[in-house]
Amino acid sequence: MVKRELTCIVCPNGCRLVVEMEGKEIVNITGYECKRGLKYAEDEIIAPKRTLTTIVKAEMGHLPVVSVRTKEPIPKELIGKAVLELSKITLKPPINVGDIVVKNILDTGVDVIATRNLYSK
Amino acid sequence: MEYDIVIIGAGPAGLGAAVEAYEKGVRNILIIERDSYPGGILQQCIHNGFGLIEFKEELSGPEYAERFIEKVRKYGINMMLNTMVLNISSDKIVKAVNQENGVMEIKAKAIILAMGCRERPRGAISIPGTRPAGIFTAGTAQRYVNMEGYMPGKEIVILGSGDIGLIMARRFTLEGATVKAVVELMPYSSGLTRNIVQCLDDFGIPLLLSHTVIEIRGKERVEGVTIAQVDENKKPILSTAKYISCDTLILSVGLIPENELSKSAGIMLDPVTGGPLVNESMETNVEGIFACGNVLQVHDLVDNVTKEARLAADSAVKYINKMLIKEGRHIDVKAGSGIRYVVPQMVNYENIDDKVKFHMRPTDVYKNAYITVKSGDKQIIRKKMQRLTPGEMILIDVPKDKFLSDDLSPVGEITFEVEVV
Repeated sequence: MVKRELTCIVCPNGCRLVVEMEGKEIVNITGYECKRGLKYAEDEIIAPKRTLTTIVKAEMGHLPVVSVRTKEPIPKELIGKAVLELSKITLKPPINVGDIVVKNILDTGVDVIATRNLYSK
Repeated sequence: MEYDIVIIGAGPAGLGAAVEAYEKGVRNILIIERDSYPGGILQQCIHNGFGLIEFKEELSGPEYAERFIEKVRKYGINMMLNTMVLNISSDKIVKAVNQENGVMEIKAKAIILAMGCRERPRGAISIPGTRPAGIFTAGTAQRYVNMEGYMPGKEIVILGSGDIGLIMARRFTLEGATVKAVVELMPYSSGLTRNIVQCLDDFGIPLLLSHTVIEIRGKERVEGVTIAQVDENKKPILSTAKYISCDTLILSVGLIPENELSKSAGIMLDPVTGGPLVNESMETNVEGIFACGNVLQVHDLVDNVTKEARLAADSAVKYINKMLIKEGRHIDVKAGSGIRYVVPQMVNYENIDDKVKFHMRPTDVYKNAYITVKSGDKQIIRKKMQRLTPGEMILIDVPKDKFLSDDLSPVGEITFEVEVV
């Protein structure tokens, strides 16, 4: 039996999780205070995921960049690639919070949405 | 100009207070903001994790702010942007200036202070060395990268492990820069553990605890910094000195509530928090002036700022409706051993609805400790805490009846302590 210790990153509680493994099988998870922590521990062991928050370029808006995020967490190893993908696009106003900026980024099934409004200059 | 409630600052505290005051029936509200867009610091905090308590969702900073901005717009609450408040008087006259109106005087029945905080800069921590370009506070760098579209540098060292510093380590890395190290004076990080995991560990950025920067090098631009380990008295151990070449030094070394205006109104400040001394209603020592958010105490969660803003707004509404009781039995609130400060610092028993929420920070890291609340020798509350750290605020609710002594009169003072078992 191997024990792996994790810190949950879902919320600021930062629960200390202990995952007991038998080979590649998860036998037991302890230390979480909510269901989100349990889900995080499972994902983190099998296929770690992260929400990407970053910016994309903007033209003719009141700001030169617009903040965006993936609507759901995406596989951790795709974060770098996703940033490069997002560096290729330029947004123009009007953009509203929640607008889809890139659909299904890198075939993850996850959309990238704007997290702030962009008005014309 | 005359308003029922004037709110200084359109960040999360100011916006939250305005929405609450409107929903409690006040219509004549003015928010004054010096930036050109509302939202305060949330505008540049594009990372996620906001709103888990308030909205049960994981939002980015601008999204969290937008929820309140939308309401302010929908309700038609007056907002004066690009306007700088110059002075507040104890009789609640606000002097402000903008391009359109010049200098103006605004009379308020109640004022809510929501000016937030600012960062400690290089001068506040006295690092030896030259004074080149390339030294930024983490928040300034955050605004450049996330809103203005500039990159402060390519090879970066971060001093201080506050949350903004950790979060910027990740942002710099995603934007193509190299973060060589995060250097922390204390033996523990002052940021949330989840941020160390997802901002440093994910990208293999080293966190050097009990280390500091002892020299900055470079004439025109930062060329490098010398770091060293520190002993238990925080004195650098010179034999451990190590040079790191970099073009940028980011400082994430603490936040200070911005209370210059409060002082002009004769408001008394707590020397530990840097914010006003307040009672259970978030009222300062100047009648009718309330405070909430980071101007009162530096928070780690915006959700708690919103809660505090609601309380300040509710109290301001009560005050203008003459429902806030001024005379009454006062209870002093003290920070005992292991506790750095407690807010509010005093309680008027007559104004408690059902409980008082106290905010505090421990002086140190403790494991498996209790927070105890005492009045005299009598223990009135004991709460087990898995882990305490100065980077994470502690919230303790004290129910109204706990403020009563055996003869059912309110106690004179209560003390919060950390009890290690």
